[in-house]
Amino acid sequence: MPRLAYLDWNATAPVRPEVIAAMGEALARCGNPSSVHRFGRAARQALEAARGEVAALIGAAPAEIVFTSGGTEANQLALRGVPGRRLMVSALEHDSVRQAASDAAVIPATASGIVDLAALERMLAEEQLPVLVSLMLANNETGAIQPVAEAVRLAHARGALLHCDAVQAAGKVPVAKAALGADLLTLSAHKLGGPQGVGALAVSGRVPLKALQTGGGQERGRRAGTENLAGIVGFGAACRLAAERLGDYAGVARLRDRAQERLAAIAPEAPIYAGDTARLPNTLAIGMPGIAAATQVMALDLAGVMVSAGAACSSGKVRRSAVLEAMGVSGAAAESAIRISLGWSTVDADIDQLVEAWGALYARSQASAA
Amino acid sequence: MTASVARQQARPNSAPIYLDYQSTTPVDKRVLDEMLPWFTEKFGNPHSATHAYGREAEAAVEAARAEVAALIGAEAREIVFTSGATESNNLAIKGAARFRRPLGRDHVVTVATEHKCVLESVKALGREGFRVSVLPVDARGLVDLGALEDVLDERTALVSIMAANNEIGVLQPLAEIGALCHARGVLFHSDAAQAVGKVPVDVEAMRIDLMSISGHKIYGPKGIGALYVRRRPRARLEPLFDGGGQERTLRSGTLPTPLCVGLGAAARIAAAEMPEESSRLLALRWRLLSGLKARLPELRLNGDAERRLAGNLNLSFPGVPAAALIEACPSLALSTGSACTAAEIEPSYVLRALGLPEALAAASLRLGLGRYTTEAEVDFAIDTLASAARRLARGRG
Repeated sequence: MPRLAYLDWNATAPVRPEVIAAMGEALARCGNPSSVHRFGRAARQALEAARGEVAALIGAAPAEIVFTSGGTEANQLALRGVPGRRLMVSALEHDSVRQAASDAAVIPATASGIVDLAALERMLAEEQLPVLVSLMLANNETGAIQPVAEAVRLAHARGALLHCDAVQAAGKVPVAKAALGADLLTLSAHKLGGPQGVGALAVSGRVPLKALQTGGGQERGRRAGTENLAGIVGFGAACRLAAERLGDYAGVARLRDRAQERLAAIAPEAPIYAGDTARLPNTLAIGMPGIAAATQVMALDLAGVMVSAGAACSSGKVRRSAVLEAMGVSGAAAESAIRISLGWSTVDADIDQLVEAWGALYARSQASAA
Repeated sequence: MTASVARQQARPNSAPIYLDYQSTTPVDKRVLDEMLPWFTEKFGNPHSATHAYGREAEAAVEAARAEVAALIGAEAREIVFTSGATESNNLAIKGAARFRRPLGRDHVVTVATEHKCVLESVKALGREGFRVSVLPVDARGLVDLGALEDVLDERTALVSIMAANNEIGVLQPLAEIGALCHARGVLFHSDAAQAVGKVPVDVEAMRIDLMSISGHKIYGPKGIGALYVRRRPRARLEPLFDGGGQERTLRSGTLPTPLCVGLGAAARIAAAEMPEESSRLLALRWRLLSGLKARLPELRLNGDAERRLAGNLNLSFPGVPAAALIEACPSLALSTGSACTAAEIEPSYVLRALGLPEALAAASLRLGLGRYTTEAEVDFAIDTLASAARRLARGRG
């Protein structure tokens, strides 16, 4: 077995050790946060402390935070929980947003991988019904950071609400809900050092949200079900640590930039997607012309390097990226793009291993083409 | 000084005795140990099938799925992981009803004593235009099969009846209900959050089409549950939410590997220990009930005395308000009923459905025994509860 280099952090990140410790304590205690007795009150206290930590990461009020089972559920709650509005979603959104409403109008993107604000402005002007816009803060495949604050200004000027999927951005770049102005904002724990199975939707007070999952009235009636207490405690700890250690991403960005330079030196014709716009510090989307993404991913996996051909969802299927398509990347090129994503424990040796394996595959492809 | 008073004095600041196992259960240490590695070194996304970390997580999720299936006599691919029983109930009820409506089935049936999330889901369907029948129960808490048969017709899409009640522990006759539904092409959903792992449940023998399971009621973690979805013949559902298309598109979202592993381990342990554990709990329950009755002859048991969970009692203390009794027993962790509604402290709608007058319903407690309950704890609880109830009754009488 070769040394393993995990470079698929946008799919999921390892849980931080401090988070495990906090969760271990929570799992060892018994108590339903809705119970009135001492065990229940202690559980409630832990739940509310975590709510405060999650809120603090994005500068929201604790009362705005609704805990969910993850980013997908939070996105669905945002888009389906505010009924009576015409949905407009960017062409760059994650599947969980794009499929929430098949009848949504799609806001096009530019070749740089950012949403086309002029198009959004036109679409808003032409729409008679009240609108809910959904625009992610950073794209999961290219890392491109979206002009959310500007989109919010356009939306609010037309009486529209804006939902922001901040799943990939939170913990990697500063996220300030108030400064962005987003009315609804989605977070996921497992992308920022917390456990899988927990997420949150931050909901501004003025947004009337209708629960999708009804029952015991937990989360102020916005999401029923016994809370995933240990997961939420872990989410809180992960948010606190993410805020404290945001500075570590300067180092991550240096490693990413070095990886990009070295791959570009090997193959100057390899396209770097969203390379000319502000990106997450950890993400690199690159194409190897003529070699299918699936082939690249498998070859890299054999060399112990774990990357992906795009989003991790939909049960391992490798299919053409809708994000790249929206950027106007041609079919053949879109099929040869991979996503490399780094994290806080990525080291030089991981990048060396990537460059070596990618370089070897590239050399083989050149040799067989020649 | 009695032994129990000595125990009480010896533990003035220690944690109260936990008697609320129907609200939630502690995570079994063995379950926790199996979960922990999946948080740390084995952290892959189970949907990242293109690399080793993803594949090992996927294998663990699938092994857990098989363990959950084995507990209820299902096939692994009939198990859909969810965030908990509330989501499972929402998905089963809303999903099945909405799928079947265009097929001419627009009637849903449930029972007055169901968990709130079932009643809320059915109510939501009522607002969407479904015809809704909410069946009464008899004084023991059992559904009347004749009444069920009477309301079923060719337009009935779904019957949702729980396996074991969360407040009174009463076990409904699932096999009989399943047979009635099956004969009429009606889907049968059962919220088995309280029953699975505690009493034998077999989806084939009981002809159950959809069944909800919870992790934290069976010594697994909170935040994970499952929905059994029959494949032959297939019970078809409309998903509650869409996204990455995980769980055969029935339930999108990244699966939480450690939680799935925890549910699997909890299911395996429950299956292995069920016979022994349920007879141990039956003995403890008998000890608790007879001990209390000896001291409080006016005590009254709510719900069928035999057809109930081994770890559940629901008792009325005539003339003693439950809230006052709970307050007078700080060394016991007690509840009046469902935790979801506990904060409201209204008389339980479940007890009201059994025909208890409001005053008696408001004088009732749910006592839940479980895996870590000891004989000494039961004796201490008898003493504490009986003394407090006597004192409170005198104060008022």
